Amino acid sequence: MLQIQDVIRAYLPAIVFVVLGIGLGAVFASLNSVLGPKPKHARRATAEPYESGLPSEVKKTMRFGISFYLVAMLFILFDIETIFLFPVAMQLKAFGTFALIEISVFIVLLFVAFIYVWRRGALEWK
Amino acid sequence: MSAPLYAEIGYFEPWWMQIAKALAIFLVVFNMVPMALLADRKLLGRFQHRYGPTRVGPFGLLQAVADIGKLLFKQQFVPRDSRKWLFIAAPIISMVTAAATLAIIPFSDTVDIFGVKTGLYGVDPSIGILFAFAFGGIAFYGLMLGGWSSNSKYSFLGSMRAAAQLISYEIAQGLSIIGVIMMVGSLSLVDIVTWQEQNVWLFIPQFVGWLVFLVAGFAETNRPPFDLAEGEAELVGGYFTEYSGGRFAAFFAAEYLNMVVVSLLFTTIFFGGWDVPFWDQPNWIEPIVVLAKMWVFIFFFIWVRATLPRLRYDQLMSFGWKILLPLATLNALVTAVLVVVLD
Repeated sequence: MLQIQDVIRAYLPAIVFVVLGIGLGAVFASLNSVLGPKPKHARRATAEPYESGLPSEVKKTMRFGISFYLVAMLFILFDIETIFLFPVAMQLKAFGTFALIEISVFIVLLFVAFIYVWRRGALEWK
Repeated sequence: MSAPLYAEIGYFEPWWMQIAKALAIFLVVFNMVPMALLADRKLLGRFQHRYGPTRVGPFGLLQAVADIGKLLFKQQFVPRDSRKWLFIAAPIISMVTAAATLAIIPFSDTVDIFGVKTGLYGVDPSIGILFAFAFGGIAFYGLMLGGWSSNSKYSFLGSMRAAAQLISYEIAQGLSIIGVIMMVGSLSLVDIVTWQEQNVWLFIPQFVGWLVFLVAGFAETNRPPFDLAEGEAELVGGYFTEYSGGRFAAFFAAEYLNMVVVSLLFTTIFFGGWDVPFWDQPNWIEPIVVLAKMWVFIFFFIWVRATLPRLRYDQLMSFGWKILLPLATLNALVTAVLVVVLD
């Protein structure tokens, strides 16, 4: 039976790594408040985005390329298919020819989808 | 001891040994970060016919310490209109994900330390490489939130680019590993290294997979020639334009730590980990072998940075999608056929 204590025990070193990462990151992120200079009066210009440069705040009207969304959507599709390949790859030797045929059909279907996406121009960066 | 379902380890050390070994690995590898930083600057200097840093300490060896010291004594500030807590959390997320991936890197098999059987790795979960991919997926939030929350155009565009780049190359990276898993039949990195000890280093039978993994590794760590997310010629500093002081140092250290971790992954998955061919090496030398191989890859990272110019963004995307993705898929298919036929 799966016990939560066993899982925590098994992953304890990984948890130590995460805690060390958080600790070190937090030290880096907050040490300047202690060590750094504290200006007597807050200056307006200091806190501007890209101080002393061109105005570079992100306005509500700011637009950027539609391709970013497209890439994100394609990523979800193809990444899920990659994840499906992992279990088959693990058990390939156990299942032999059956798994081979199965994986071939899967990859051919994947390729058909890939060629469709390519021909529709979704992979062209605009 | 009954093995838990999704952490098939079978044996784990007493809790104090688990904590001690995690601390030891973290300290050793984290100390590689300033060394990599210094090596980067020194070697880049040599590649460009200059000396690189020479002033701080003997031969400029303390330059990295001086850099971090300088950054920590800067004024703490948060840009106006930024999302304050996300702005603070972003570098911490980057740091955590880089550190957590270290947990699965094996430096040696199980050895006896003071009579306690100890595996010289953080954890050896049965999900193995997927653990690294999972934290790679979270690392994306560090960059994304950092750029988005600073409310500056340069940061915003930098983070958008970083996001699109990371997810595009993650697919190719995932697919390039499939061939390795088919040959070894396990996701655990310790099993992969043991297999290579008994057979052959995997970069020989999996050459195409290795190339794809190498290129995708460069892209995943935002190293040149794939550092489009920073692209100082266009975007000032990319997603960390608005960061300064310790928070910038955290992003920077996380980037170098990622480079170290990816070098360790190259070593472990494709170059035999702790194995030295034609020699039955003693146990104590194995971690040194791993670190030596890692430094070869770090040198390679720096060499590439000095050699290749940065790509254009549309070239980057079409390279990832139109070349690496089909190549990795075909590699998986060919490997599947060969493994089944030869088995």
